[in-house]
Amino acid sequence: MLKTPRLAVAALATATLALTACAPTDEGGDTASDTTSDATGSESPAADECTPDAMDTVTAGTLTIATDDPAYEPWFVDNDPTNGQGYESAVAYAIAEQLGYTQDQVTWVTVPFNKVVQPGPKDFDFDVNQVSITEARRKAVDFSSGYYDVVQTVVTNKGSAIDGVTSIADLADAKLGAQVGTTSYTAITEQIQPSEDPAVFDTNDQAVQALKNGQIDGIVVDLPTAYYMAAAQLDDGVIVGQLPLPEGEPEQFGAVLGKGSALTGCVSQAVDALREDGVLDQIGQEWLAQQGAPELS
Amino acid sequence: MTHQVDTAWQPSPVQRERDAWRRRRTVRSAVLAAVSTVLVLGAVAVVVVSSPGWQRVQETYFDWDKAVDSFPAVLEGLWLNIRVMAICAVLIVALSLAIAVMRTIRGPVAFPLRLVGTAYVDVFRGLPLLLVIFLLGFGGPALSLEGLPTSALFWGCTALVLSYSAYVAEVFRAGIESVHPSQRLAGRSLGLSYGQTLRHVVLPQAWRRVLPPLMNDLVSLQKDSGLIAVLGVIDAIRAAQIETAIDFNYTPYVVAGALFCCLTIPMARLTDRYARKKGYHGAGGHL
Repeated sequence: MLKTPRLAVAALATATLALTACAPTDEGGDTASDTTSDATGSESPAADECTPDAMDTVTAGTLTIATDDPAYEPWFVDNDPTNGQGYESAVAYAIAEQLGYTQDQVTWVTVPFNKVVQPGPKDFDFDVNQVSITEARRKAVDFSSGYYDVVQTVVTNKGSAIDGVTSIADLADAKLGAQVGTTSYTAITEQIQPSEDPAVFDTNDQAVQALKNGQIDGIVVDLPTAYYMAAAQLDDGVIVGQLPLPEGEPEQFGAVLGKGSALTGCVSQAVDALREDGVLDQIGQEWLAQQGAPELS
Repeated sequence: MTHQVDTAWQPSPVQRERDAWRRRRTVRSAVLAAVSTVLVLGAVAVVVVSSPGWQRVQETYFDWDKAVDSFPAVLEGLWLNIRVMAICAVLIVALSLAIAVMRTIRGPVAFPLRLVGTAYVDVFRGLPLLLVIFLLGFGGPALSLEGLPTSALFWGCTALVLSYSAYVAEVFRAGIESVHPSQRLAGRSLGLSYGQTLRHVVLPQAWRRVLPPLMNDLVSLQKDSGLIAVLGVIDAIRAAQIETAIDFNYTPYVVAGALFCCLTIPMARLTDRYARKKGYHGAGGHL
């Protein structure tokens, strides 16, 4: 008769116990429950539901806003979202004000984009990080109303192969780059459809570096970023032109909230109010002043 | 001649009893192993599936439709991983073997060689791979030297080869130094030169001993080949990332992971089998 291998049994039992002992935590208000809030924000909450006292924020009495690090110009200035400078920082503070928070009641947290859109409890109330609203993405997260209308633009260096082209057809043989996971990348693959595979980068800075090195002919980004690249990041950058809007809805950036978040309605309401009052336009004038770019046919 | 054995040899009753007992023991341990595995995996499965967020995780990470949709893109990315691995592996073996030989040459005259080899290994083992890829991948093309390619693939592979050769050179050196000195002396006393001894006596033995750890490095290289995606090329993981960004569903990453495992696991098993068959020293772990 063999002795029971006590050590093995003990080890197995311990491992199993340790696994089962992880007390499952219920995600407060973040489970994929049936409270599918209408993400278009059309389901307007009553005004008294959208006050600092009434809203179920991560930290009571303060609004926790997330963005990625580095935070780029012209959306943020000096990689510091707390200074209220840059379009998205200003919009975030305007939303907070609209909801009744003072500047001191706003906390910023750094959350990488990937973490923002993953399932699970969120440690922020909403995230502003130039995230385009798309129907497919609504399955995973909630969006507020759009606070910025996106135009995709092609940037290049003076004298490059695509400097001065006037139509999308002229970009057919170009090697274009974009940041990974952006609608800019989708614009390359679906709108421009060049013969060359697009180059994909983790950040726009790396795309700029590759453009400087001559490894790509051009970069596709949203218009404000394109202006910043052409003016500040590239030595002799030029804007080739903007891509025509694809059929249907204009593309917009929206604040990202956890799926089924109780705050989606309130944030959307605040954004809508800012749009109606012309505040968004003012902030745009201040931070995204631009003369427009030629439209590519 | 006529004395034919009409009955074939039969094991004795005692032997048969022994065989039966051994069979029973084998069956018993197989059953025990199965039960234990089922219990442990079952406990894990129960914990995972009964967790409150499981439904959400299932939708986000194990969505069959999304997996099917993203499969072609991820597979195309994996093809790049495979090509990069194949090309780099050959270059790495050549370079690392050269460095290992340089580091094991004896005598004061060869000191500069040993110095260069040691410095190389120290530097490239000390630098994180991602850093080497960044520095070469963005710095190399920035030199704008005529005749140097600017392709991300070229510089990415260069970084991989330089970094990995440092590790593999150490593996080879360990193998070379593990060959008993008497082998060298025997070779030399037969009139073989240093080079011939190395080539015919030392290296064949060293090679057998380091095959399992080399396999380790090859598997590791296969996964790290994806790191060159930071330079703009699209490998399996990058393709998965792009697919994920469409609707924030992370299933493509799981697809990529499964594909990588499909490549590496059979490769490791095959190497173990091959080494065992060849009777290489120390080869082959068993499950």
